[in-house]
Amino acid sequence: MGSSERATFNNKVVSWIDERLPVFTLMQKEYGVFPTPRNFNYFWNFGAIAMFMLIAMIATGIFLAMNYTAHVDMAFDSVERIDRDVNWGWLLRDIHMNGASFFFIAVYIHIFRGLYYGSYKKPREILWILGVVIFLLMMATAFMGYVLPWGQMSYWGATVITNLFSAIPLVGDGIVKWLWGGFAVDNPTLNRFFALHYLLPFVIFAVVFLHVWALHVSGSNNPTGIEPKGKQDTLPFHPYYTMKDTFGLLVYLVIFCAFVFYAPDYLGHPDNYREANALVTPAHIVPEWYFLPFYAMLRAITFDVGIPGTDIVFISAKLGGVIAMFGSIALLFVLPWLDTHPIRSARYRPQFRLFLMIFLAAFVVLGYVGSQPADAALAGVPLQVIGLLGTAYYYAFFLVVLPWLNKTEKGKDVPKSIYDAVMAAEGKKK
Amino acid sequence: MTMKRFALSLAAAAVLAPAAAAIAKEAHDVPPPHMHWHFSGMFGTYDKAALQRGYKVYREVCASCHSMKQMSFRNLEGLGYDESQIKAIAAEYTVEDGPNDEGDMFERPGRPSDRFPAPFANAKAAAFANNGAAPPDLSLIVKARHHGPDYVYGILTGYEEPPADAHLQPGQNWNKYMPGHVIAMAKPLSDGQVAYEDESPATVDQYARDVVQFLTWAGDPYMETRKRTGAKAIMFLLVFAGIMYAVKRKIWASVH
Repeated sequence: MGSSERATFNNKVVSWIDERLPVFTLMQKEYGVFPTPRNFNYFWNFGAIAMFMLIAMIATGIFLAMNYTAHVDMAFDSVERIDRDVNWGWLLRDIHMNGASFFFIAVYIHIFRGLYYGSYKKPREILWILGVVIFLLMMATAFMGYVLPWGQMSYWGATVITNLFSAIPLVGDGIVKWLWGGFAVDNPTLNRFFALHYLLPFVIFAVVFLHVWALHVSGSNNPTGIEPKGKQDTLPFHPYYTMKDTFGLLVYLVIFCAFVFYAPDYLGHPDNYREANALVTPAHIVPEWYFLPFYAMLRAITFDVGIPGTDIVFISAKLGGVIAMFGSIALLFVLPWLDTHPIRSARYRPQFRLFLMIFLAAFVVLGYVGSQPADAALAGVPLQVIGLLGTAYYYAFFLVVLPWLNKTEKGKDVPKSIYDAVMAAEGKKK
Repeated sequence: MTMKRFALSLAAAAVLAPAAAAIAKEAHDVPPPHMHWHFSGMFGTYDKAALQRGYKVYREVCASCHSMKQMSFRNLEGLGYDESQIKAIAAEYTVEDGPNDEGDMFERPGRPSDRFPAPFANAKAAAFANNGAAPPDLSLIVKARHHGPDYVYGILTGYEEPPADAHLQPGQNWNKYMPGHVIAMAKPLSDGQVAYEDESPATVDQYARDVVQFLTWAGDPYMETRKRTGAKAIMFLLVFAGIMYAVKRKIWASVH
């Protein structure tokens, strides 16, 4: 980093510092003049929005931690105290709990944008993988954060999710006890979840740094999926995208504030305003909304896999569900090698686009299935069946559809350059 | 499909999915009556007279079984009482304090900083005195139930004669809006039970409305501040977003 050429600054103090530690040169290079494709649409705002949400979560979280007590006898009341007696504590908590949802909304859109425009393809594989790592870390952080208020859903959600590990053959039960620090979800569990919930966001921050670093090596993808070929294809990041990102972020924050100030509990579950009680199981345990599609995949597998007609079982239904759920994320890691089609953007791949839209629909339907009791039905069709079909499509999309399209899809003509694409679009408008 | 159409359908899905989920969630239970509350909506505020009446209902009826452990007498400021009134209310209660310098617990009149005293010493005692079902704490009851205020109103007004085919155990009651209809709590309110100091009708319906407003306030005492702050925050963001849109257009004008 230090060996590269330095920029010149008129301000003497800036110049003095930059000669010794070239942070200003770095900022100038990476965020000032950084060449960025000129044709981003508003889907490219969500990286910056996610970054803002991460910082907002860390900032509010630190102040919440100052007033929170990680003990099973006091956690629930300490959260109520934050709401009632800490100055502006209700605002900190409303921002933090809705911030988690809005961080996930931003990241889901960001991931989908990557899928739609083929941002995971060569040479951005590591950039993509780091993104999936961030997503996984976010899930772990959010899960542990939801346990901290020690309400009924906190406790029973923690019980259900940690119990998943007991499906692992031989070592499963040991792992679960090790996670709990005892024989049930209890005080040691709450304490370690609090410690990890405070730690992981900083790990996320570090991986975000790597993610951005990798981004600045390959440069951004863009809606055409074609690499910039020269100056006519790019714009300096500042002021073009700093200003556009700020505008997009502000619009996003308006929606966020509508929830924080007017419906702070809409995205939560009423049962979490009941203190955790190991003797009373909620009628219907559901995770936070952003886990629902994965929760549906977990519950979709209700049959053992073994030799038919015998008692021999290789994979129990429970283990099958766990594999289905974690496998769905594992597939994201290898996506760059499943979809090797030379055209990146779905704009020029009508078949890919169709299957991707069905994939999105399947994901949303899985979310709905996850929110419902396991034995519910929709228009006479058991949700069990719908959940299994959704899971099957999720897997088929990666393992069957993408490899098949690699071989068969011709795609449309791709413009020669970003500049040509932009000019063609401008011409159409006029 | 263009990205714009796609974005629209995505937004539609985002709006519809939770709505559909909410509908299906409560399909098996009788949905509580949909009431209009003074505190509903973006500009809804608490009706202080109703809160004071509701507090009277809580104190004279509910408090004999239900604790409100998150509440202190000082919080009653939110109902419009002044300091001397709150002191007087608190002093009506006897509170155990201590240990004193001799190591003994002693009793003294309540102070504004004291929590509302609980009717039972602990959950076991509460369950023992109530047929094995401890009455829930009411500090958060409205936030802790689907349909919040409507549900609590429904429970308070939903007592009915059990249908002929229902077999109730002694100590069980029939309530239209209780999930499963069987409820341990006996019908708590009847007409004329609480003497109001204002002109409000002394009916079960009015008691239920008032106590629901009181309980909503107890669970969400900062609602008015929250909505006021929200209006300012959103106003600021909209103006700022408008300015940034103009800035963005000006900067991009030379590129397009």
